[in-house]
Amino acid sequence: MPLDAVDRRIINAMQGGFPLCARPFREAAANLGISEGRLITRLKRLLHDRTLTRFGPLFNADRMGGTNVLAAMSVPEADWNDVVNLVDAQPEVAHNYRREHVLNMWFVAGAETAEQVEAAFLRIESASGLEVLRFPKEREYFVELKLEV
Amino acid sequence: MSASLDVIDRQIILATQSGLPLVPEPYRAVAEPLGLSAEEVIQRLARMQETGVVRRIGIVPNHYALGYQANGMTVWDVVDTEVDALGEQVGRLAFVSHCYRRPRRLPAWPYNLFAMVHGRDRDEAADYVAEIADLLGLACRGRDILYSRGILKKTGLRIGRLATIGEHHV
Repeated sequence: MPLDAVDRRIINAMQGGFPLCARPFREAAANLGISEGRLITRLKRLLHDRTLTRFGPLFNADRMGGTNVLAAMSVPEADWNDVVNLVDAQPEVAHNYRREHVLNMWFVAGAETAEQVEAAFLRIESASGLEVLRFPKEREYFVELKLEV
Repeated sequence: MSASLDVIDRQIILATQSGLPLVPEPYRAVAEPLGLSAEEVIQRLARMQETGVVRRIGIVPNHYALGYQANGMTVWDVVDTEVDALGEQVGRLAFVSHCYRRPRRLPAWPYNLFAMVHGRDRDEAADYVAEIADLLGLACRGRDILYSRGILKKTGLRIGRLATIGEHHV
């Protein structure tokens, strides 16, 4: 569904800073110049039609006592489906993307301990016979939030 | 780094990690099943925001649905002594959604700076790559952009097991 001006204002203004108070939608809606009910209705629609992925607190897994590691593999086309199934079957794997590169599979594994994450990588390596390159985060740089629509 | 979270914090995380309820008093709706007051949920979320456990509270746009079809992982080989100062600047560019320093894996992988960029098409993404390249200047010795060709799994990181384990430890 095409976005109207109100949708755009909501998307541009609400990527962070949702109020922590008893009636947060009322406060956020006032800043947008609409009613509380209208904001809630719009958010429901934007989530329902998947313009938005989610709405709520975004947690930093690194600060919750867990750990997550980006990894990449170079998977031969002939083995592609088997390796996708293998990697996706690991409960530690949260995201897995196909990318255009010799390293064509990129995934993130997360768990409570670094040992659990490493165990998942070792299972993938031993079952596939392929090397998993580990790219743990060494530093995260501050990112401003500002997808404009 | 890990902030100290108690059982109640973890219950709040579990109750909200898939989203806040779309009702006029969302924090009360989260609090009541947990036997808490709305005020306590608000205070704990505020503290988690201060300690960085909560990055932010708001919407997460779907890049594809908003017309951002060219989602690329740009990777850069940046001189070690300059990568942190430059990484901070790259993170502040409007079109970069994530920016990390990661280890090189030589010889296969010479890149130590990763920045996700989102363009409506690959021409727009290429403009962004050029803008990052300008910013990095001579400190950059090589680069690549890896476009996403498909999502093979996306469940998000969940702390279901962590929360359970945490309860036993606390």
